[in-house]
Amino acid sequence: MRYHTPASFEDAVAIAHQASGTTRFLAGGTDVLVQMRSDIVTPDDLIDVKHIAGVREITRRADGGWDIGVAVAGAEMSEHGELGREWPGIVEGMDLIGSTQVQGRATLVGNLCNGSPAADSVPAMIAAGVTLTVTGPDGSREVAVEDIPIGPGRTSLAKGEVVSAVHVPARGDHGGDAYLRFIPRTEMDIAVVGCGVNLRLDGDVIVEARVSLGAVAPTALLVQEAADAIVGSTLDEAALANLAKAAEAACNPIDDKRGTIEFRTEVAGVLAQRAAKIAYARAKGEAQ
Amino acid sequence: MSNVHVTTTVNGDEAEFLCDPRETLLDCLRDKLGFTGAKEGCGTGDCGACSVTLDGRLVCSCLVLGVEAEGKEIATIEGMSEGEELHPLQRKFIEHAALQCGICTPGILVASKALLEKNPDPSEEELRYWLAGNLCRCTGYDKIIRAVMDAAAEMREAS
Repeated sequence: MRYHTPASFEDAVAIAHQASGTTRFLAGGTDVLVQMRSDIVTPDDLIDVKHIAGVREITRRADGGWDIGVAVAGAEMSEHGELGREWPGIVEGMDLIGSTQVQGRATLVGNLCNGSPAADSVPAMIAAGVTLTVTGPDGSREVAVEDIPIGPGRTSLAKGEVVSAVHVPARGDHGGDAYLRFIPRTEMDIAVVGCGVNLRLDGDVIVEARVSLGAVAPTALLVQEAADAIVGSTLDEAALANLAKAAEAACNPIDDKRGTIEFRTEVAGVLAQRAAKIAYARAKGEAQ
Repeated sequence: MSNVHVTTTVNGDEAEFLCDPRETLLDCLRDKLGFTGAKEGCGTGDCGACSVTLDGRLVCSCLVLGVEAEGKEIATIEGMSEGEELHPLQRKFIEHAALQCGICTPGILVASKALLEKNPDPSEEELRYWLAGNLCRCTGYDKIIRAVMDAAAEMREAS
């Protein structure tokens, strides 16, 4: 295995593009090293992106949004303060992944590109409307997070392409987000169902919403019908019931030891309601 | 397969080694530098027995490559006592009998020290969540928690 430490994404892409064997990008390594250890993946070229300027930084953009470097670890997001006050759902979703030790290394982009349908940060990012810069041999393009996963362990990234930046939108006024997951224990487990909700209010009425579900389909889902169920409402009982119905209808889960199809489907409806209530309270400025 | 020369700092002292780029920091610490305090439990980041700090950040050294240590500051269990004088956490682990087989102990001590540097007065809940990635098959955890809480109290009084 050749280990590379390029100083720019262009150099990283050039190495990946020219490589003939198996290539992996390394940021936190909490998935890549496990795959190497268990002989699932043996890269011929391992490209460490941590030597590229800016990849460890969280930066406020002029439009009020945030750029998060691709090697920023979960613990650094949790410790940031301001990012978590504006986007608690994203930060809490990331923080649910693994142990303190894993939080010291694991990254948003790694969680996304590992391609697990149960990745906790992914529904939170989708709900928030996070976009990415993808750099490849032909230049860079902007992609929505929901367009990256295409199946378990698979992404839409082409050979030689790498995610080079994470863009979180400006929070703006009267907005709130939340991410919840169900696991059968209190910590250190993989989501049986995950749900991210992001919404904006005008007075008491929801005027914008995005709802995303994880672990109930081959990829994390952006569920337009679930958002439609609460837009225009004050999140009253009828809207919540419609939200649950739309979330359940979007589910296409597997049956496995962690949850049956029936269980995952019902829990998706329950979590959507709970996450929406938290996001609503946060948009109202009530501490949650 | 050519080896890579790595220069790093372990417990304040400069260290260098040659490693295959596939080798983990844990293997480099143990097999090339002789720091055998960090243990291999699972090798996949689940058990915390290999915990060290990398530039002050608590990590599993089995999930870090040796080549990534270039230019970094690593702290291991070997740097915890001041010569013969044990760190308060180490003393309290003995007083509370917070270990049996001892395989998890170096990792738990390194992890606990990292917590107390960040938060000298953790609640029991904060401590239990912080140590959720350090598995112990012997003690049932309670004595570990008592020992860390006691050490934290002593360290707060001393400071």
